[in-house]
Amino acid sequence: MSAAPPANLAHASLAQLGSLLDRREVSAVELASTYLERIARHTDLNAFLDVRPETTLAQARAADQRRAQGETGPLLGVPIAHKDVFVTQGWHTTASSRMLEGYTSPFDATVVESLAQAGMVCLGKLNCDEFAMGSSNENSAYGNVLNPWDKSAVPGGSSGGSAAAVAARLAPLASATDTGGSIREPAAFSGVTGTKPTYGRPSRWGMIAFASSLDTAGLLTLSAQDCALAFNAMLGFDPKDSTSVDRPREDYTRHLAAGCKGLRIGVPTEFLAAGLEPEAEAAVREALRLYQDMGATLVDVSLPNAALGIPVYYVVACAEASSNLSRFDGVRFGRRAPQYEDLLDMMSKTRAQGFGEEVKRRILVGTYVLSHGYYDAYFLQASRVRRVISQEFQRAFAQCDLIAGPVTSGTAFGFGEKSADPVAMYLADLYTVPSSLAGIPAMSIPCGFGRLGRPLGLQLMANHFDEARMLGVAHAYQSATDWHTRVPAGY
Amino acid sequence: MSTSWETVIGLETHVQLRTASKIFSGASTAFGAQANTQASVVDLALPGVLPVLNAAAVECAIRLGIAVGATIAPRSVFARKNYFYPDLPKGYQISQYEIPVVQGGALSFVVTPRSGPSYLKTVELTRAHLEEDAGKSLHEDYRGMSGIDLNRAGTPLLEVVTEPQMRSSAEAVAYARTLHALVVWLGVCDGNMQEGSFRCDANVSVRRTGAPAFGTRVEIKNLNSFRFLQQAIDHEVRRQIESLEDGGRIVQETRLYDPDRDETRSMRSKEDAADYRYFPDPDLLPLEISPALIERIRAELPELPGAMRERLSRDYGLSEQDAATLTASRALADYFEQVAAAVTDRKAAANWIMGEVSAALNAADIGIERCPVPAAQLAALIMRVVDGTINAKTAKELFALLWAGESSTVDALIDTRGLRQISDSGAIEKVVDEVLAANAGIVAEFRAGKEKAFQSLVGQAMKATRGKANPQQLNDILRQRLAGAGKAD
Repeated sequence: MSAAPPANLAHASLAQLGSLLDRREVSAVELASTYLERIARHTDLNAFLDVRPETTLAQARAADQRRAQGETGPLLGVPIAHKDVFVTQGWHTTASSRMLEGYTSPFDATVVESLAQAGMVCLGKLNCDEFAMGSSNENSAYGNVLNPWDKSAVPGGSSGGSAAAVAARLAPLASATDTGGSIREPAAFSGVTGTKPTYGRPSRWGMIAFASSLDTAGLLTLSAQDCALAFNAMLGFDPKDSTSVDRPREDYTRHLAAGCKGLRIGVPTEFLAAGLEPEAEAAVREALRLYQDMGATLVDVSLPNAALGIPVYYVVACAEASSNLSRFDGVRFGRRAPQYEDLLDMMSKTRAQGFGEEVKRRILVGTYVLSHGYYDAYFLQASRVRRVISQEFQRAFAQCDLIAGPVTSGTAFGFGEKSADPVAMYLADLYTVPSSLAGIPAMSIPCGFGRLGRPLGLQLMANHFDEARMLGVAHAYQSATDWHTRVPAGY
Repeated sequence: MSTSWETVIGLETHVQLRTASKIFSGASTAFGAQANTQASVVDLALPGVLPVLNAAAVECAIRLGIAVGATIAPRSVFARKNYFYPDLPKGYQISQYEIPVVQGGALSFVVTPRSGPSYLKTVELTRAHLEEDAGKSLHEDYRGMSGIDLNRAGTPLLEVVTEPQMRSSAEAVAYARTLHALVVWLGVCDGNMQEGSFRCDANVSVRRTGAPAFGTRVEIKNLNSFRFLQQAIDHEVRRQIESLEDGGRIVQETRLYDPDRDETRSMRSKEDAADYRYFPDPDLLPLEISPALIERIRAELPELPGAMRERLSRDYGLSEQDAATLTASRALADYFEQVAAAVTDRKAAANWIMGEVSAALNAADIGIERCPVPAAQLAALIMRVVDGTINAKTAKELFALLWAGESSTVDALIDTRGLRQISDSGAIEKVVDEVLAANAGIVAEFRAGKEKAFQSLVGQAMKATRGKANPQQLNDILRQRLAGAGKAD
């Protein structure tokens, strides 16, 4: 299945790492050490928030022992790093917030636990926007993450640490979460593959909630094939999450050899319209042409209300966030303001000091849209439009098997370029938010570079629970192109 | 109290459901454990946790819903009620808001007012919804700090809300007692009011009799005994009437009842009321209940008080009100059925239980569960009255002996104590003749037309038989003798 491994072990695919481990050509400890060494060498990227080599190596030794006892598995002994919104017992979990500085969870997130059961070795915790709120990773309380392709550019957000770590090959893959584009946008900006499965397919247990009806765990990987391998271990029903869907586990690699012959790819006319930068449009059109060459047909589809996705998203997500973040009150865990007058003052000061500006802004917006007298006009109306957008996707999927389009309007922007203007920052999610509102799987795969040498992504979206086919279609593209194998200089 | 005012009361009752674990976590609900030992990561609202609905709590709600004839919503929705409080770990309470699981229904009960006859009353229910309880703040003994105990956080509650259809504290208390008996009857609540398993909020307003609109209502929170419920309502009604008669007006507010001072005091006014920002909880899917589940639960239910009431009045010839009284609790109904099954005169069984037995229970302030006279003993006693072995007066004395713990059988007691009724005409005639001879003065009064004198003679004769004479026979013979003697004159 895998070609000869590259000279640099850290540039290998999951399948390659798996067969190296199978053939005892490398041990899990050696692999972990290789990545830990790279992590230590590239701390300037600020991708990692918590690294504990001893804990990592202990996990690697345990994986080697399992292999020594005859156990096999494609992920057994393969390292991974986790976004800091997944709670972990061995590492701090902060969600990149001052509020949770030094917090350690007494339990593991289901995603973390499932991958650990498959034998994956945790390299540490990854920086992100505070409570996953942001599109540039500039909202982390622990500093910006740099884009390995261009250190003056943002890596995207909120899973900026996950994207940068995979792009710089500091981890062969990383967990991440996507609420309105937080996997796909950083994947596009950082030139890696980012996949958000169907809402309800991965468990949310142990994922610190931002917007519960949208939050979806996924992965940043070097390829669709790597993602499919890891999804096999990561996705499944979890009785601890009431929104988890009770379906049998499936093999996400089953469509990897299917190709694109006869495939109908829907192209939303609204996505290739004004606002999209020429170089991004050119890269997407070039990718679509390649699909046609591979036997796919393009179908024009329409998502007339997709543009309303942004206001709908910022009403629904902020509303849920304002409630989800109420538990950070200084009473039971995490930060408590050092000085206060009484209970109310303690809570107020704790929250005023513990949350960053963007988190506060969203709590305020969310509180406002749920308030008496505003609920119908904002939250209820947004919920209705959300349903309309979902229905538009269903109508589109009646005409096509898959939808393709841009991920972002252009390549990664520079630090500070949009952080002064929240609305401009929110508009960065224009192409990713509609599929989040519909709960369908979507992914970003590298499809070229802009004139500044920054990566560009192609977005693929599939109907509910059709992620295996989506990964197969992405794999066909990656079999015909080498964008995803490019490594930023110096890594 | 002025008679020109009418009281209007609606009740909201928090019924703690008797489930082994909490409504959204696997932690135990047992009462009285050491602080914070029964709080799981879910109850503590640690980052990353999610709620999973306890199916047993839903079944409790369905049981009550069926019992009160309500609609069980095929689809109901959990919402978040957002507010900050240190004993509310998530910063919101999961409750049902727009679409509750139980909709409508009604409860019928007997009201015994302080004056006037008892009557049957039916109150309609608005809804009953599932929600989680909060923890407890402990403000004492923490050296200037507050302690938080989250053992109670997440305990399942069913909040039962009535329409504002009660018109006195007696009706409110009768409703609350009936609901209490019903939830215990159904096994959905342990009924322990001291431990807070059943607590009421009363919405109270007054209006001029005949006025079409309701007055401004005041909510009195957290009444955890029937006595406090009655006292709080009575106090609040007095306060409102006095205020209105003095030209004041009632402010919509929440008040707390202080049983030590027998008064209510303001907690917060409507203006201060929090905006709870309710919205559907995205962590929980809508609760869907299939007709099959409802039917399964219906089939498992014990005979319900309403059905039992109908059956009792039909099979035993009881009035609707007597049947309602006897089905006030499952224990009382069971006791009645045991007694009734063992006697030929079922009406007598009902009268005994509602009369002598109830009076004794009330005097001792205990429930039928702790009645010292077993059903079989009472039945034996009733049978000896029915078959004429003893008269009613003797039976009451005998009941008092049984109540006091006399353990021998009714028949043995009658024999050893010589309580058998005297029904031998010769013996009674002899006593009557002696009484007439010894009370010539009273006989003369009777002859002068004083009917009361007759009763005095009956009393004398009864006393002479130590209460054992068959009263009807005694009456008849005395009348005969007095008439005969008169003719002889």
